[in-house]
Amino acid sequence: MSINYNETIPNNVNLASDKTLQRALEHWQPEFLSWWQDMGPEGSSQFDVYLRTAVSVEPSGWAHFDYVKMPDYRWGIFLNPAEKDRRISFGDHQGQPVWQEVPGEYRANLRRIIVTQGDTEPASVEQQRHLGLTAPSLYDLRNLFQVNVEEGRHLWAMVYLLHRHFGRDGREEAEALLQRRSGDADNPRILTAFNERTPDWLSFFMFTYFTDRDGKFQLAALAESAFDPLARTTRFMLTEEAHHMFVGESGVARTIQRTCEVMAEEKTDDPERLRRLGVIDLPTIQRYINFHSSVTVDLFGSDVSSNAATFYTTGLKGRYEESKQADDHLLKDMSYQVLAVDGGQLRESDAPALNALNERLRDDFMKDSQAGVNRWNRIIQKQGIDFSFYLPHKAFHRQIGPLAGLKISPSGQVISAAEWEASSSGWLPTESDRNYVQSLMRRVVEPEKFANWIAPPQVGVNRQPASFQYVRFA
Amino acid sequence: MAVAEDRVARQHLIDPEICIRCNTCEATCPVGAVTHDDRNYVVRFDLCNACGACISPCPTGAIDNWRQVLKSKAYSVEEQLTWDSLPAQVPLETELASDIPEEVTRLTALASEGLGGNSSAPWSAGKPQVNLFGLSQPAVATVSGNLRLTSEGAENDIRHIVLDLGDTVFPVLEGQTVGVLPPGTDSHGRAHRVRLYSIASPRNGERPNYNNISLTVKRVTVDHDGHAVAGAGSNYMCDLKVGDEVRLVGPYGENFLMPNHVGSSILMICTGTGSAPMRAMTEWRRRNSSANEGGRLMLFFGARTPEELPYFGPLARLPKEFIDVNLAFSRVPGKPKQHVQDLIRQRADRVVDLLVDEDAYVFVCGLKDMEQGVDDALRDICRDQGRDWASMRPRMLEQNRLHVETY
Repeated sequence: MSINYNETIPNNVNLASDKTLQRALEHWQPEFLSWWQDMGPEGSSQFDVYLRTAVSVEPSGWAHFDYVKMPDYRWGIFLNPAEKDRRISFGDHQGQPVWQEVPGEYRANLRRIIVTQGDTEPASVEQQRHLGLTAPSLYDLRNLFQVNVEEGRHLWAMVYLLHRHFGRDGREEAEALLQRRSGDADNPRILTAFNERTPDWLSFFMFTYFTDRDGKFQLAALAESAFDPLARTTRFMLTEEAHHMFVGESGVARTIQRTCEVMAEEKTDDPERLRRLGVIDLPTIQRYINFHSSVTVDLFGSDVSSNAATFYTTGLKGRYEESKQADDHLLKDMSYQVLAVDGGQLRESDAPALNALNERLRDDFMKDSQAGVNRWNRIIQKQGIDFSFYLPHKAFHRQIGPLAGLKISPSGQVISAAEWEASSSGWLPTESDRNYVQSLMRRVVEPEKFANWIAPPQVGVNRQPASFQYVRFA
Repeated sequence: MAVAEDRVARQHLIDPEICIRCNTCEATCPVGAVTHDDRNYVVRFDLCNACGACISPCPTGAIDNWRQVLKSKAYSVEEQLTWDSLPAQVPLETELASDIPEEVTRLTALASEGLGGNSSAPWSAGKPQVNLFGLSQPAVATVSGNLRLTSEGAENDIRHIVLDLGDTVFPVLEGQTVGVLPPGTDSHGRAHRVRLYSIASPRNGERPNYNNISLTVKRVTVDHDGHAVAGAGSNYMCDLKVGDEVRLVGPYGENFLMPNHVGSSILMICTGTGSAPMRAMTEWRRRNSSANEGGRLMLFFGARTPEELPYFGPLARLPKEFIDVNLAFSRVPGKPKQHVQDLIRQRADRVVDLLVDEDAYVFVCGLKDMEQGVDDALRDICRDQGRDWASMRPRMLEQNRLHVETY
């Protein structure tokens, strides 16, 4: 199933056969481009960027590399190939054929799911739009732009579903996706984490490590959906999302690597001294981990949620790796442990499994996040340095759900407001941490050069040599 | 059948140091060979059929790792799940008790001594597998084609021989050689020495994605001094019929390998059957053009007459923008003698361009006689452009950009 690039909107959904839909999307396209000019990567429209473009959704076809000016990037609509006779794998409709159209009774919920997912995509582009001005290398600049154009494509993926399946409501929602602005007091993005600033590259790497991983788990849950077009769209998005997490994990790893090199050379672990040497001390990196992990953990929603139960029972949103779960895929009589503060301590208690699905996805996410933290620790161990990062407890610094606002330490101890006051500057980035990291942000764009605070990558994009000119400036 | 083919396999592994556990490979794998735990993503040896579907979607490159293993000792899923880094390639020679024939070592040293030394492989070359099959356990291939390349009237009989390896794992790269063990004994009653031939086909087979290789073999009828002699190896090879079995050792060669990085150019200078590795490299570039490896290709190829030039027909059909072909003929009636060095002089500008381009690699292959002439021509054209070949040559060797194989 190749993608037709001759059409105004590249697609593999035979858009030309549905003239009304095609016209509606062709009407939305210039609005999208105008949004990209206003809110996309700042000052970048004339750059030739070595980008990956999908030329088909087959494994061999979706990693085609070439130089592209970003406004000319072929954003389009790509669905994974349909699985023949696919059947609903969970919930009340288990065993029935998947839906190609939206059942009337689920319209509102599906629209809400798609809009919430779709809103995060342009939001992250907005959050990251100034980062290009302080890229630590050409390699990183290119990776940032790749992430940005793919978030743009993910927006297209959701807008296609809205236009194709939700009529006038869908078109209005698609317009609104271009009108909300990250961090705007009057018209903010839907989810809190997507209104936070991404002021520096360490934040960007943390964001792509943690927050794009939330994206992975949300998309994976939607890829199980009984609504087949949503499942097929999100499957393909997942393959792109992988690159974003790679940027995050390897970016943090390279930052740690560089710090450890300097620590070993200078035989010091004194943060002040390391800062004078121009690298980011490990405790500061830990505080960034704590912040981004906790903000992302909130994205999974309330621990006990009747919406989550409804979405599951009605087949709209499954669990992570639904098909690998050995249970009845109904969950009606099952329970799942959720956290609550009881007698001054965090305690687990049983909640109906259906209502605890957000919590379950959050736990899956925590497990996945921990694996990367372990690997960061191995970099430190290799240098023989006695320090290790931890992932903060999932109850730490929560703003959503029953744990919101409680004072809980990164290790999961319930503490007093006074204790929090005394310790939180060691747990979360302080103004001075952020100012210091900001002070390191200087643009480095000579081939083969990297900012002092970050190590070069182990392999180039598409195995290009270190000297490769990933971005050509006009 | 040889024992080794039942014992050796190429195992697909994922580098846990680079993998970010994004799950793309597992989602992509059409046969469900990829699995994971909280720590690592790993490949099931018994299920992976090396189809490559997971390779390009991997955002990190962690997926593209392979180890030559004994099937009985393939890394299990459980073992892979404990890794923090990939194990080194265990030399199979020790396990297979295979042996590099002395003759191979001697010939290889002799072949690469020209032009002042031996370069290592280009940095971007594929990683060669060597010496998988030794004298004690040769691989057995079946002849699937034997085509005369020179026209019937021509004095030289040069043949294109295609060998099918069935299900034997015999991975090769362009520029590598194989050894052939002719059956029977020589006049002293000893087994025939191993004969070395350059492989003329690219890494993915004479026919793409078939497990076969091709060799370019010239029937030897006179020795170096011009005395009539029937070469035991070449006559055996040239007389092979479709269906015959041939015993192979190797593959050999770790240095005479083509660069694979984007923008890498190749300057090829050859005579006669020295064209075999050049054909392999050219064909790989042609098949793989979507990978954007090239770089320019420039070929100087000498023979006595067009009728005696192996692969003359297919060469003439390659588009000019793909490869810059320069053919020299030394014995065309009524025309002055022309050698590759004469054409190198005529194309001096272009050749010097390539000599100074750090992404361009030079390969020379053919009879020993050609070496001095080529060296002189390169010296002269450099001098004409104010450059000093005597200092450029060692520098190129050091950069692994100059590769010579002559015999």
